[in-house]
Amino acid sequence: MSLDQLYQQIILDHSKARHGSGLSETAAPDGASTGQSHQLNPVCGDEVTLRVAVDHGTVAQLAWDGAGCSISMASASVLSEMAEGMSVEELRSVIGNFREVLRSRGKVHADPEVLGDAAAFEGVARYAARVKCAMISWVAAEDALNQAA
Amino acid sequence: MAVVSTPPTLSRALPAMDNAEVLRIRNDFPVLDQLVNGRPLVYLDSGATSQNPLSVIEAEQEFYEQRNAAVHRGAHHLAVEATEVFEDARQTVADFIGAQYEEIVWTSNATEGLNLISYALSNASLWAAQGRGDARLRDLALGPGDEIVVTEMEHHANLIPWQELAYRTGARLRHIPIDDSGSLRMDQAAEIVGERTRLLAFTHASNVLGTINPVSHLVALAHRVGALVVLDACQSAPHLSLDVKQLDVDFAVFSGHKMLGPTGIGVLYGKQELLDVLPPYQTGGSMITTVTMERAEYLPSPQRFEAGTQKISQAVALAAAVNYLTETGIDRVHRWESELGQRMVAGLEGIDGVRVLGPAAGMDRIGLAAFDVAGVHAHDVGQFLDARGIAVRVGHHCAQPLHRRLGLTATTRASAYLYNTTDDVDEFLDAVSGVRAYFRA
Repeated sequence: MSLDQLYQQIILDHSKARHGSGLSETAAPDGASTGQSHQLNPVCGDEVTLRVAVDHGTVAQLAWDGAGCSISMASASVLSEMAEGMSVEELRSVIGNFREVLRSRGKVHADPEVLGDAAAFEGVARYAARVKCAMISWVAAEDALNQAA
Repeated sequence: MAVVSTPPTLSRALPAMDNAEVLRIRNDFPVLDQLVNGRPLVYLDSGATSQNPLSVIEAEQEFYEQRNAAVHRGAHHLAVEATEVFEDARQTVADFIGAQYEEIVWTSNATEGLNLISYALSNASLWAAQGRGDARLRDLALGPGDEIVVTEMEHHANLIPWQELAYRTGARLRHIPIDDSGSLRMDQAAEIVGERTRLLAFTHASNVLGTINPVSHLVALAHRVGALVVLDACQSAPHLSLDVKQLDVDFAVFSGHKMLGPTGIGVLYGKQELLDVLPPYQTGGSMITTVTMERAEYLPSPQRFEAGTQKISQAVALAAAVNYLTETGIDRVHRWESELGQRMVAGLEGIDGVRVLGPAAGMDRIGLAAFDVAGVHAHDVGQFLDARGIAVRVGHHCAQPLHRRLGLTATTRASAYLYNTTDDVDEFLDAVSGVRAYFRA
């Protein structure tokens, strides 16, 4: 597998754009219930603090701050863009699907219908050392949802 | 500060190493002859673990094919032969670092060696409090009011065991800071190592900065106040001539797998008068004299610290690794690697956006360089290099406090050994120069 298959354009773009980044400067919407999670990968120092705001069963906002490799930052950006507007159940299901693909060592293909832009991370599954990079913000989101619910 | 010095050489008759010799050396290392991602492997991660020459692999295989038996017990032929080669290996390692045979203790790795010292010292504190053991133990006991000193550049393995020893004994842990170039603040060291200091633990050569620390100066500071010195020789024993008697350190540790040997074996050196009075760290078979249902008496060193069945084939293979280094000439290896290290740093400093940690080009360093690439995380740098068949280490290299001090969380490290050519370094530099463009930094 080539480097370009791992670092797809969409990943390189999102690693720079960082949608939803700037948690500390972003206020949660009024009336929403929030949950926050901090995740750290001690191996490489990837770090994400992520907050979800849920309003009547819908993800109103997903904001985060983080530092780390392009895979971890891009995956947080994609997640933030996708999650807003989803129902909590929908987001949980997408997180479950993303995890299944990432942990499959390349055996389970990503369905763009389900994962949208996050399907671009399919190639990461072949790099065992990088799976945690792609997962870190999704694990944080799952944890934050549990607290907001 | 010292400029690049030529290591003292005992083998003046032999010419300096060159690429032609390295290419011959590489024939002894089968793992190096392979393609990675379609490119010839460029292995620059020897600081993490080194590769094994055929003589090491064969020594381990030969042991299992011809001599495998438990050592120090059994009267049969194989047990005698196994014991002989196992103890010959100890002598080989002792000779390599200028130690006596009884002063070499086998451990699993350097980490275990440091934990062994740490636990033996807290056991000394317990024994002394109970009046158990040799009277000299009382001098080794630690307690409130005592201080343990480390440095800010330590690998976690030479930091956490001392944090925990301080916790167990009530002693206080202090550290000698570094300056921005990664050198120890020796002006402060002279104040920090004082009357309360009982132990000073530091690395001979930094696994991140490549700095070679002023061992004799630090030993003098410690011994002036009667403190013990523990030397982490993980990045020095494999690469330069180490003489523990000349350095006068009280303990030294290193790992076999970083010096062409197998994993699972490490070495603890300790002055005999210390090893003979320190309580054991682990207890069980093979380290006792008399055992009753109530208590046991222990053998002198080294068996005192070698409970249970030992790492026999690994010790034999490590001796083969030491022989390989000795035959090549450790001083020649040191000089060659210094050249490679200088080439790395000079090249990296010339790449836009690259910041090299530790001494600048032209200053003394071992054959490794850790660096930061502006706007690109080390993990991405490592992945980019791997796609070109270049193996480096990324992360904090088990030195989080050091990285924090330098304002970083992760760096990329290239580390050379005697099987690396200048072409390897140039390939690596060429790849690094393409990193920022690829990641649009």
